Amino acid sequence: MKRLVSLFSVFLALFVFATSSIAANPIRIGALFSVTGPASFLGEPEKKTLELLVRDLNSKGGVQGSKVELFVYDTQGDATKAVQLATRLIKNDKVVVIIGPSTTGETMAVMPVVEKERIPLISCAAGIKITEPVKRWVFKTPANDHVAAEKIFNYAAKLKQRKFALLTVSDSYGASGREQIRALAAKKGLTIVADEVYSPKDTDMTPQLTRIRGFKPDAVICWGTNPGPAVVTRNMKQLGLKIPLYQSHGVASKKFIELAGAAAAEGVMLPAGKLAVYDLISKNDPQLKVLREYDQMYRKAFGTEASTFGGYAYDGFQLVINAVRKAGATPDKIRTGLEQTRKMVGVSGVFNMSPSDHNGLDLSAFEMVRITRGDWALAR
Amino acid sequence: MDIGSLAANGFSWYMMQHQSAQGDSTSALTLSSVKAVSMNFSHQIVQYLLSGFSTGAIYSLIGLGFAIIYNSTGIINFAQGEFVMLGGMLTYFFLTVAGIPLFASIILSVIIATATGVIFERLAIRPLRNATPLSLVIITIGGSIFIRGIAMLVWGKDTHAIPMFSGTEPLFLAGATILPQHLWIFGITILIIVINKLYFYYSISGKAMRACSYNRNAASLVGIDVRRMVLFSFAISSAMGSVAGMIAAPLTMTSYDVGVMLGLKGFCAAIIGGMSSGIGTVLGGLILGVLESLGAGLLSSGYKDAIAFIILLLILFIRPRGIFRKAETERV
Repeated sequence: MKRLVSLFSVFLALFVFATSSIAANPIRIGALFSVTGPASFLGEPEKKTLELLVRDLNSKGGVQGSKVELFVYDTQGDATKAVQLATRLIKNDKVVVIIGPSTTGETMAVMPVVEKERIPLISCAAGIKITEPVKRWVFKTPANDHVAAEKIFNYAAKLKQRKFALLTVSDSYGASGREQIRALAAKKGLTIVADEVYSPKDTDMTPQLTRIRGFKPDAVICWGTNPGPAVVTRNMKQLGLKIPLYQSHGVASKKFIELAGAAAAEGVMLPAGKLAVYDLISKNDPQLKVLREYDQMYRKAFGTEASTFGGYAYDGFQLVINAVRKAGATPDKIRTGLEQTRKMVGVSGVFNMSPSDHNGLDLSAFEMVRITRGDWALAR
Repeated sequence: MDIGSLAANGFSWYMMQHQSAQGDSTSALTLSSVKAVSMNFSHQIVQYLLSGFSTGAIYSLIGLGFAIIYNSTGIINFAQGEFVMLGGMLTYFFLTVAGIPLFASIILSVIIATATGVIFERLAIRPLRNATPLSLVIITIGGSIFIRGIAMLVWGKDTHAIPMFSGTEPLFLAGATILPQHLWIFGITILIIVINKLYFYYSISGKAMRACSYNRNAASLVGIDVRRMVLFSFAISSAMGSVAGMIAAPLTMTSYDVGVMLGLKGFCAAIIGGMSSGIGTVLGGLILGVLESLGAGLLSSGYKDAIAFIILLLILFIRPRGIFRKAETERV
């Protein structure tokens, strides 16, 4: 009996101890990334970045005296899984905010859940439908596709290009880009002379490009993520096409130049997130410090250059911490804090949120770059 | 090298003929604008055909791999695409990571891919000799997922580029362009098809394999080791698949998951060719490649992949024995 009592008291003590350590109120942050599956090139750096940031913050004592507890789940790029895991984050893990998912499709699927449960969501996907029209609880860190498209058209206007051929990938990224470009071209009075697509796993785009050549456009705009755009770039060289080629911000990494080959990629222009070119941008750029810090931190931890995609998670986390500092750590207060974000310098740009803008980025999020001798150079 | 330059000579000769014929036919037209348009259009067609032939050649080689295994075992080996992937990825690995010269990398990759095929047969197919063809087909699907998974763990999920075998400057032919790598593809494909033919018709083991494909029991009765022939067929198919993967990789790039789509396209080629391990499948691959390319260029690029599968379905519905096979011909 005595032994039982002592055993019980040990348990009780353990229990009290355990709850008291929770009682320091850690901030429970959930994250959904497609770490494996077709969109793993997004989810993997996002997960790595977020885990790195949380470790770093906790070692410095956390935010407002409380540590951050992170719950990361892999959605495998599957919208159904994303919904299940979002519910699990909210119901079981009791998180106060969710960062992710990585793709537009998954985000669209998760949105009704967070709206109903009143948990703020900061998506790492670029689709414009996520924040337009504005949903009360949904935010996103990547700039809208039309911002990148506008950057391309503004630059093309300088070069007096008016007839464009489109070559877009037949997934949600390409479809969204295609839609935005067409709408923007119509608004600006530019002509789209050819509108071709390719599927994500295509290995030869010479038929599409041959057809495009027949329409004699001033420039070709290709919208996709690796490896498709690299194949397009190689095929253009193979066909001896001298038409200027624009790529989207989706290939703004050294990997693209490596895949396309420096010779074929020479002269390709694209709107790049500033992370890829931070050593080229002006010394007075407000983002310079953040970009350098992030890249160096990532290189130190993982031995590879930081990617724009990881930057989406970086910004998501900074927005949350910023909101917690400003407003408090409940879902409602974080939401309010997020909406009041002003001039927060992140990797993707400088965020200025408002009740009518849950993205908060403008044209300054991108730099037009031109690939020159296998490296980036600013296009002026 | 010889084959490459031979093919190059042959090709440029063909193109010159083509071009002069072109000149004659269009010179009759008086309107210069019409001439320009028709020249432009015919250049496009030549380009579509060239692109189609080069992808088609790859499909042919993969299709032959399907056909050879089908003929000796009666099963469809859905892991065939993974040997194509192994060809490309192993070459990338030896060439770029291990720093071995191209020629040696190619030889090593073929050897390792072939060994993988042999091990696959030994461990996954042979122990289940009495299983139904359906269970064996399902096992090959499992095998393909397994091989792909291992490749993903070992080499990661990135796409990798392999340098061209020789030269990157395009060659201009009749208003169309091809790369030296295309000549390698045509040359090596022709070489393999010729060797394949010689092997099956003039060597003892090739003849024995044909005997197995006609009637396994009878072949066994005359003293042919059927199990060894099955092993041979896996070795030949995996070697052929890996070669297809490595000659295509400098153009198409490679990653751990390229085998899925290429495997399906090769399967289509073999179906069009009626599972013949000869010229039927080769033509099947070329037809598929050309139709895809013409379809993407002339109709709509959105339907490129659909074309292959529509053909596959049509053939399976209307003419399941393939369009090149008469009712009673040999299967090898």
